Amino acid sequence: MEVGQLQARLIDLTSSLYSEGFLDEQFTQLQQLQDESNPDFVFEVASLFFDDSEKLLNNLGMALDEQVIDFKKVDANVHQLKGSSSSVGAQRVRNACIAFRNLCEEKDREGCLACLQQVKHEFSLVKSKLESLLDLEQQILAAGGLIPMME
Amino acid sequence: MGSSVPSWNGLNEGEELHVLAVDDSIIDRKCIEKLLKSFAYKVTTVESGLRALEYLGLEDEQNPTSKTDDLKINLIITDYCMPGMTGFELLKRIKESSTLKEIPVVVMSSENVPTRIQMCLEQGAKEFILKPVKQSDVKRLRCHM
Repeated sequence: MEVGQLQARLIDLTSSLYSEGFLDEQFTQLQQLQDESNPDFVFEVASLFFDDSEKLLNNLGMALDEQVIDFKKVDANVHQLKGSSSSVGAQRVRNACIAFRNLCEEKDREGCLACLQQVKHEFSLVKSKLESLLDLEQQILAAGGLIPMME
Repeated sequence: MGSSVPSWNGLNEGEELHVLAVDDSIIDRKCIEKLLKSFAYKVTTVESGLRALEYLGLEDEQNPTSKTDDLKINLIITDYCMPGMTGFELLKRIKESSTLKEIPVVVMSSENVPTRIQMCLEQGAKEFILKPVKQSDVKRLRCHM
């Protein structure tokens, strides 16, 4: 596929990620920070986010599996996930975490379990979409093209 | 140009402003580091209040290291919610230290809690920034240094 087509695809994908609420302004901020001195910055942050989130989601699964749930521990993990998703601009994950924290406060076990599924779902969606986005950017750069910036 | 006459902010020509960033989140450390570097600051990141105090040479008040003489930190930016020592507790330790109290401290938090903000400002924080931190926030930091 030639560069022009790749760029068009990237613009489409990026637009839909923003319009569907998967990403917010904060992701734009990260992209603006990427430059020649650190051309893989967004990829590195995204990778850290993926690894860290998987670890947190695992912790949450285990914490909610306990006979007696320590809601403070659950909340602490959700707080971290909310923070990191907010920092990378993963808006839907962040919003799901906000709902999750409310359920923790109410010590609602069933609610928390359902919310965890929701957060996992949102995370896997944004992960796969970001991977596609980053992959497209790599292809464009490899073909000698420039990455179009979103306004 | 090219001389060692200190510029108005007390730095010599070519000297960078050095920021110490404290955050338990590896993602946030990476982001704040890049943000600060994009404004040409020299950056050191640490993952906890304790590590920050160690870096600043304050960990052992009985035997303060000579580190503070060589070390020049122009600003400390710290997360509020951290396990162990909170950002507020770190702020307090710094402001209570004869060697470090002049260093401006900025606190960051993802939570907009007025009493928390008030408490930090009263304890001597120069500013309280809501996370996620943006370029416009970092641009403003210059005025504290």
